[in-house]
Amino acid sequence: MVKQCSIIFACLAAGEFIAWIFKIPIPGSIIGMLLLTTLLQNKVVNIESVKGISQFLVSNMGFFFVPPGVAIMLYFDIISAQWFPIVTATLLSIAIVLIVTGWVHQFVNSRKFKFRFKH
Amino acid sequence: MEFLESDVSLIAITFLTFLGARKLQTLTGLVILNPVLITIAVLILFLKLTGISYETYSQSGHMVEFWLRPAIVALGVPLYTQLRTIRQQLMPILISEFAGCVAGIVSVVAIAKALGASKEIIISLAPKSVTAPIAIDISSQLGGIPSLTAAIVVCVGLTGAILGLKVLSYGHVVNPFAKSISMGTAAHVIGTSRMAEFGEQYGAFATLGIIINGILTAILAGPIMQMMGIC
Repeated sequence: MVKQCSIIFACLAAGEFIAWIFKIPIPGSIIGMLLLTTLLQNKVVNIESVKGISQFLVSNMGFFFVPPGVAIMLYFDIISAQWFPIVTATLLSIAIVLIVTGWVHQFVNSRKFKFRFKH
Repeated sequence: MEFLESDVSLIAITFLTFLGARKLQTLTGLVILNPVLITIAVLILFLKLTGISYETYSQSGHMVEFWLRPAIVALGVPLYTQLRTIRQQLMPILISEFAGCVAGIVSVVAIAKALGASKEIIISLAPKSVTAPIAIDISSQLGGIPSLTAAIVVCVGLTGAILGLKVLSYGHVVNPFAKSISMGTAAHVIGTSRMAEFGEQYGAFATLGIIINGILTAILAGPIMQMMGIC
């Protein structure tokens, strides 16, 4: 447990530090995630030594974002004033993302990379 | 009422509400009864009824919210276990993710701007397809309203999970792997769990959509909005 937490928090702290020192406008947590993947890939960290905690963290993500979600009660007035652009932009954009991603993936796959794809 | 305002009580209430909401979904099997959404709604109602301020709640809430960022780091593990799949079809995955990510940010920003949304609302909408913890980080970094982003992200996930497959078939996306990656890209965790119902390999493939879109959006959201004259 202590070792698992050490690895996760060390990656997070290092990610924050890298983002801060190089002034990268990317969340430190994302850099920490890529750092962890790199460490696993280079066998610096054994997957067994982070498996437990990462399963716990990933499967409970939904719960962790309840409190920031509750904060929406502070913005009800802004949202009700601008609900139309919010809803319209969101709905249309979901459909666009779905179709663009799926269509491009299908297209690229069917052209050059078919032989690599196992069904 | 004062005992309700203690850290321990508020944390206990948060846990219990979530537990109840999850049971409700298991019992009914309805995607729309998303436990996160129900818990948020019930807690807001509870705070309004008891008159406890959000500031008081957030002091306890921070202890829960704190774990979001380590959880993003933990996503490095599924990313690692998927590396082989990624390498096997690097180009289809990267090109489609890049296209989906850019299309998502540009479309939501352009439409919201055209309809007259304010700057902070537009920024809050930009990372809407990304999984909540990453979206919240992006939103706060760029000057949006993180909690609005959180709420929208949940709604996007639900909408995608419920209507996504229909939209995909209208768009003539038929390949099951293409569908999976689209659902992960557009509707993050909730879309992924919808695909996982069809088989573990589809769930795993959709997970790639979540993670890669998260990384790409974190990198691209700022520059894209700068180009579009938002921030």
